[in-house]
Amino acid sequence: MNEIVTDQNRRIHPHKFTMWVAIGSILMMFAGLTSAYIVKRSQVNWLMIEIPIIFWFSTLTILSSSVTIHLSLKSLKEKRMVEYRRWMVVTAVLGVLFIISQIIGFVQFGKQDIRIVGAGSNASYSFLFAISSLHGLHVLGGVIALLVIAIRAVSISKRNYSTLPLEITATYWHFVDALWIYLFIFFNWMK
Amino acid sequence: MSTETILHGHEVEVNVHSHEEHGQHDHHHEESFLTKYIFSQDHKMIAKQFLITGIIWAIIGGLFSVLFRLQLGYPDQSFPFLEDIFGKWAKGGKISNEFYYALVTMHGTILVFFVLTAGLSGTFANFLIPLQIGARDMASGFLNMLSYWFFFLASVIMFASLFIQTGPAAGGWTIYPPLSALGQASQGSKLGMDFWLISMAMFIVSSLLGGLNYISTILNLRTKGMSMTRMPLTMWAIFFTAVLGVLSFPVLLSGAVLLLFDRNLGTSFFLSEIVVKGEILPNEGGSAILFQHLFWFLGHPEVYIILLPAMGMVSEILSVNSRKPIFGYMAMVGSLFAITILAFLVWAHHMFVTGLNPFLGAFFVLLTLLIAVPSAIKVFNWLTTLWRGNIRFTPGMLFSIGFVSLFISGGLTGIFLGNSTLDIHLHDTYFVVAHFHIVMGVASFFGMFAGVYHWFPKMYSRYLNNTMAYIHFWVTLVGAYLIFWPMHYQGLAGLPRRYTDFSNWQSFNQFADMNRFISTVAMIVFVAQLLFVFNFFYSIFKGRKVKSQNPWGSNTLEWTTPITPGHGNWPGELPEVHRGAYDYGKDGREFIPQVEPIGADESKH
Ligand code: HEM
Ligand SMILES: [Cu+2]
Repeated sequence: MNEIVTDQNRRIHPHKFTMWVAIGSILMMFAGLTSAYIVKRSQVNWLMIEIPIIFWFSTLTILSSSVTIHLSLKSLKEKRMVEYRRWMVVTAVLGVLFIISQIIGFVQFGKQDIRIVGAGSNASYSFLFAISSLHGLHVLGGVIALLVIAIRAVSISKRNYSTLPLEITATYWHFVDALWIYLFIFFNWMK
Repeated sequence: MSTETILHGHEVEVNVHSHEEHGQHDHHHEESFLTKYIFSQDHKMIAKQFLITGIIWAIIGGLFSVLFRLQLGYPDQSFPFLEDIFGKWAKGGKISNEFYYALVTMHGTILVFFVLTAGLSGTFANFLIPLQIGARDMASGFLNMLSYWFFFLASVIMFASLFIQTGPAAGGWTIYPPLSALGQASQGSKLGMDFWLISMAMFIVSSLLGGLNYISTILNLRTKGMSMTRMPLTMWAIFFTAVLGVLSFPVLLSGAVLLLFDRNLGTSFFLSEIVVKGEILPNEGGSAILFQHLFWFLGHPEVYIILLPAMGMVSEILSVNSRKPIFGYMAMVGSLFAITILAFLVWAHHMFVTGLNPFLGAFFVLLTLLIAVPSAIKVFNWLTTLWRGNIRFTPGMLFSIGFVSLFISGGLTGIFLGNSTLDIHLHDTYFVVAHFHIVMGVASFFGMFAGVYHWFPKMYSRYLNNTMAYIHFWVTLVGAYLIFWPMHYQGLAGLPRRYTDFSNWQSFNQFADMNRFISTVAMIVFVAQLLFVFNFFYSIFKGRKVKSQNPWGSNTLEWTTPITPGHGNWPGELPEVHRGAYDYGKDGREFIPQVEPIGADESKH
C-alpha cells in the first residue's frame, strides 16, 4: 500500500481525501432524512416534539469529545504517547456516554407514554428516533475506529508513529460532532 | 462455482507468465490462492470478480424476462414444465399473478442494480482507473475489496430471497409503499421485501465504498503529466458516475431505512389511513409520496450511473477505431458535467401523475427537457468522430456504434415523456418500458459489451472469438429494436405495464400477435446472449493469444503495461504522460501514445 502512495507526491493523503468524500456522502443521507422531516412537518398530524433534557447532556459530551480527540492527536504528533492514549480513551468513553445518554432519552419517552414505534406512534417522534439512532450508529463507528487504533497502537511490536489513522478518525469524529449539533438545532427549531 | 474454476484456470497461466518476467518485476509478491483470487486487493482481479458475478446475475435476470415474456406472448396456453419447476407459482402451467409481479420486480432490480450498476461500474471503474491514469492500484485496495464483498453479500441475500416460501419482493423495482410497507398487502410484501431492503442496503454500502475509492483515486493518484484534461473520456465518465452515486445512494438508503422501520417497527413514515382486506390500520399521518421523492432522488441519478460509464467507454472506443481524435473533447467533458448536475434536478418527472403541484411540475418539465441539450452535444460529437473516419469494424466498435443508435432512439422518446401533459397519458404504459429499455437497458448493455470486447485482451491476454461476436452483435441489435420498437405503439394505445394478461380487454386484443412476436424475438435474443457468455468463458482459456502489447493501436496508458500485467501494473517506473489521449491521425501518424513527448515541430491539434 505504502509503495503506491509514495510513488507520487501530493498535497493531501488519498485516504484522508476519501474520508472527506465519505463525509459528503453521509451528509447527503442526513439531508435526505431532514428534508423528509420538513416535508412531513407540513402535513396533518404533526406533533410538537419535546426534546428530552438529557439530549443537552449528550450535546455536551460530544462537544467535549471533539476537544479530547484533538488533544489526543496533538499529543501523538508531539510523540507524547502516554497522554495520547489517555485522551483517546477519554474520547471513546465520551462517545459511549453520548450513545447511552441518547438511549436514556428515548427510554424516558416510553415512561411518558410517548410511542416512538408501533401502533399509536406518531411520525414526529419516530423521525426523531430514526434520525438520532442513525446518527448514533455513526458515533458507534467512530468509537470502534478508536478502539481499533488503540489496540493496534498497543499490540504492534514495532513502534508506529504514523498519525494518519488518528488524523482520519479525528476528521470523522469532528464531523459526527458537527452533524449532531446540526441535528440538535434542527430538532429544536423545526418542531 | 463457475467463478472459482474460471479464476483457478487462469491461475496457471498467470503463474507461468510471472515466472518469465520475475527478474524485472519488482512489485510481485508471492500470493496464496486465497489472497490472489478470492480476497484479492488487486484492482484487476476485483474487476474480474465484479464482471463474472455480473454475468451470472445477467443470466438470471434475463431468464426471468424470458419467463414473463412467455406469459405475455402466450396468455392462453399452459406450459406444464413451469409447474414442474415452480410448483404453486405456476399452477396448471400458467404463471400466477403474484409470480409475474415478482418476476418483473426481480428482473428490474437485478438488471438495474446488480448488472448495470455493480457489473458495469464495478468492472470497468476498477479495471480501467489505475491502468488509464497510471497508478499502481486504487487509493485503498482494502476498501476496494470490501466493496466487492459487500456486493457479494448483497447478491447472496437477494439470491436467497428467490427461494423464500412467500417469494421474493414484488411491487416493481421502485418498491413504492404502501404495497411494500405492509406485509399483509401481498405475498411479495412479506419476508421477500425485507430481504430486498437489506440486500439493497448492503448494495448501497458496496457502491459507496467503490465510489469513494474511484473519486479519490482519480483525483489523487494520476501519474506525472496526467492532468485532468489529458484523461481519456472513460475516466471523466467514471468520475462523474462515482460522484452521482456517492451523493444519491445515501438518500435511497435513508428511504430504505425508514421503510424498514415502517415494516418492522410499526411506524408511519409512509403510511396513512389504510384499509387492507377490510381491516382498518392504525397508521396515521404518513406520506407515501415522500417515499417516491426519496426513491427518485436516487432513481433518476441511478439511470445516469448506469449510462455514463457506457458513454465514456463508447467515446474512447469510437475514437480509437475511427483512428480520429474524439470530436470536441472539452464539450464531451462539459456535457458529462451538465448531465451530472441536471440528474439531481429532475427526479420529479417520474412523479407527474402523483398529484404533484402542476406549477412545480412545470419547472421539472423545463429542467428535464434541458437534458436534451448535453445529450444532443454528445450525439453530435460521436457522429462527427465517426464522420470520414478510418473505421475498423471490430466487435467493440460495432457495439459502440450500436450504442449511439440506441441512445438517439431512446433519448427522443424521453422528450415525449418529459412533457407532463403527454406523460399523463403515457405514464405506466409500455411507452415508458420502451423508452427506458432502449435508452438505458440495451444502450448500457451495448456499452458494456463494447468495453468487454475492447478490453478483454488486457484482462485475459486473449481475444474473444470474432465470429461469435458478430453474430452476437447483429442478433442483439436487430432483436432489441424488434422487441422494443413495437412497444411504443402499444404504449401510445394505453397498454399498461406490469399486467399479467391482457386478453380480457377488448381494446388490447389487437396486440395479441404483436406480443407473441415480441416474446419470440426476446427468446432468440436471450439465446444470443448465451452465445456471448460461452464466447467469454471459452476465450478465457482457449481464445487467440494476444501477441502485441498494443493490439488496437491505442494511445492510452493501459496498453503500455506488459501483456499480462502483475500487481502494480508497470514493472518499472510509472509511465509519464506528455499529451492527451486522442492524438490519432496527427501529423501523418496514425496514433501517438500518451507517453510520447511532444515533438519539436509538432502541430497543434
Ligand atoms: C432527453 C432525455 C430524457 C428525458 C427527457 C427523459 C424523460 C423521462 C420521463 C419523463 C420518464 C418518466 C415516464 C413515466 O414514468 O411516466 C422517464 C422514465 C425513465 N427514464 Fe428517461 N428520459 C431521458 C433519458 C433517459 C436516459 C438517458 C435514461 C437512462 C440512462 C433514462 C431512463 C429512464 C428510466 C429507467 C425510466 C423509467 C423508470 C420506471 O418508471 O421504471 N431516461 N424518462
Ligand atoms: Cu428520470
